[in-house]
Amino acid sequence: MDLSYSEAERAFQDEVRAFLKDSLPKDLSDKVRANIELGREDMVRWHAILNARGWLASTWPKDHGGTGWTPVERHIFEEECALAFAPRIVPFGVHMLGPVLLKFGSEAQKASFLPRILDGTDWWCQGYSEPGAGSDLASLKTAAVRDGADYVVNGQKTWTTLGQHANKIFCLVRTSKDGKPQEGISFLLIDLDTPGIEMRPIKLIEGGHEVNEVFFTDVRVPASNLVGAENQGWTIAKYLLTHERTNIAGVGFSAAAFEQLKIIARKITRGGRPLAETPLFAARMAQTEIDLEAMKITNLRMLSEAQKNGAPGLESSMLKIKGTVIRQTLNDLTRRALGPAAAPFPSEDLDGNAALVPGDFANEAAEYFNNRKISIFGGSNEIQRNILSKAMLGL
Amino acid sequence: MNFEMTDDRRMLSDTLNRYLAGKYGWEHRAKAAYQAPFHDPARWAELSELGVLMALAPEDQGGFGGAGFDITAVFEALGRAICPEPVLAALLSSRLLAAAGADQEALLAGAVHHAAALGELDAPYDLSGIATTARKDGEGYRLSGRKSVVYGGHVAERFLVAALLDGTMALFDVAASDAEVTPYGMIDGGGAAEVFLDAAPATLLLAEAGAAVQDALDAGTLALCAEAVGAMDVSFDITLDYLKSRKQFGTTIGSFQALQHRMVDMKTEIEQARSITILAASRIGTGAQSRSVSMAKNLIGRTAKLVAEDCVQMHGGIAMTWEYQMSHYAKRLVMIDHQLGDTDHHLERVMATRGV
Repeated sequence: MDLSYSEAERAFQDEVRAFLKDSLPKDLSDKVRANIELGREDMVRWHAILNARGWLASTWPKDHGGTGWTPVERHIFEEECALAFAPRIVPFGVHMLGPVLLKFGSEAQKASFLPRILDGTDWWCQGYSEPGAGSDLASLKTAAVRDGADYVVNGQKTWTTLGQHANKIFCLVRTSKDGKPQEGISFLLIDLDTPGIEMRPIKLIEGGHEVNEVFFTDVRVPASNLVGAENQGWTIAKYLLTHERTNIAGVGFSAAAFEQLKIIARKITRGGRPLAETPLFAARMAQTEIDLEAMKITNLRMLSEAQKNGAPGLESSMLKIKGTVIRQTLNDLTRRALGPAAAPFPSEDLDGNAALVPGDFANEAAEYFNNRKISIFGGSNEIQRNILSKAMLGL
Repeated sequence: MNFEMTDDRRMLSDTLNRYLAGKYGWEHRAKAAYQAPFHDPARWAELSELGVLMALAPEDQGGFGGAGFDITAVFEALGRAICPEPVLAALLSSRLLAAAGADQEALLAGAVHHAAALGELDAPYDLSGIATTARKDGEGYRLSGRKSVVYGGHVAERFLVAALLDGTMALFDVAASDAEVTPYGMIDGGGAAEVFLDAAPATLLLAEAGAAVQDALDAGTLALCAEAVGAMDVSFDITLDYLKSRKQFGTTIGSFQALQHRMVDMKTEIEQARSITILAASRIGTGAQSRSVSMAKNLIGRTAKLVAEDCVQMHGGIAMTWEYQMSHYAKRLVMIDHQLGDTDHHLERVMATRGV
């Protein structure tokens, strides 16, 4: 047993660190550290910096402009980025549609869409969930009916993350009502400029605008925008789900959140004593640190498995469950640490003399509430438990 | 043994629940809670007329209540509506004025907003570490320091300020116009303020205020526990309705055993939380008041977080949205743990004192 990275992996880690030190703009990492919502330009800028280095598409092979990294290299990159408070790569084009096109897309689709993902010409968003199809995604109703050279799309999608910045959307649509619900779903690429599409913002619990509803009324989509075969959409969606899985534990984000927690627990004092030294809070921190250390190794064990077998196993559902719980616990502790000072509404302008909390911590309560989403989206933790009990335990 | 409310309290509770359901409904709350002045002055006046404030003070102070169960009756109803009116500030102030033997007619009539300026950035829960100081100045006093997250401070006309006078915690009355007040809205609705005192003129109310301040905190903490119970009951009902109506996989999601068991566990925890709140209310005015209230606030802190998180989780995405009531109940339930001592603070207090 050897828990350490290989020499080559350590060299790669150094290379990533050096790159982040030189190339990650401070104004961006400052925003990420303080949980300030990034604008479209911020995210586009970071993508361009990564793309210039050839490090944007870490899930793609080299011959399509990807990095060709192993799962361990990907993990190292993601962890270092998180620890440096780099913006998250917007996953919809790079990590979701890209791998789908590489596996299922036509040559024409690959040639036309992949370069535009890399150079930022296209911002993709995701049209999966519907008001009546959340955990039960296969029950989706948005219909695409073939009419000559087009599909005509009618229906409603929801929870479309960052759709307000996007010019294109990939959708799961119903193309058949025969057989099992899963068998009548197709994967369709839609230009958001097409007449008949309306996007409406959804305001979230903490007041932010991150997700949207998308309404389709008689939207004509060229049939050439179908990915894979008609009614093959569920297979594609499942493939995508496994692809999403390698970074599903969010260990890097948790490690970064723990560093922030340590900072705030030393800065905040209660009767002159740093919170980090008060027994009950110190115990909470220590317990979470233990969980996080174990999670790091669980994550590496599964990565190592993925490196051997080519794809993460079912156990990735465990990473999703435990990883989100740990991240949420860290959000909980940081919010708790602030005491009454966590109370102001995030948009309240309490700077300078009136500030209640040190520098980066004014949005911690909002971040805690916002991050309740991570155990819901991408297949809720309840759905993950269903997957595990059925497929892993045979129950 | 009798766990029924007295008829008087039942009437007050019914009246208040009816009023809030009718006049402080969901749409109204959404506006009042998040827009300056973070409450509704007209509704405040009506609530005062209904006796919400009078119920918080005993007869010798001009009220008609003031017992633990009066406080819980009022605040449980406020919690059911997650009403953002600054009643907590009035309760804290009423207890302090009573201890000082000061007149509180204007407060109980709802005519003059008072706020208790107690906690500070470095001493948010345990007030033994406060740094605001008082010095004698002719006939009166002058106060200097900063009071942080003063509930109701955004509308207060008078502040009741805890400050050190020759090293002892004393209580002073300061006009809001003599302080620099930075008001703000809170993430879960309602308002508070930062209060900066720079040699602000003050009147001494109590030279040794430790016991009076602790009593006010106990009453306020009990109130928050009752508010949480009300908010938890409604959260549970909203979630139960949703589980019975939301369909996925061809059936209501409430038919899944994984969720059924969680709901039963949650209900059990809420009943436990209600019980400890009843216990604490019964101990107000006894030697076990402080310790019982701390026990209640610790359990409420744990239960409210469980209820907030589980109710959101069992709903799924819909409860993450601003437009859906549950998200606001979740925020209130979580943020109650940030008021007048969190779970850990009150656990420490229980650990540090022997039971009676």
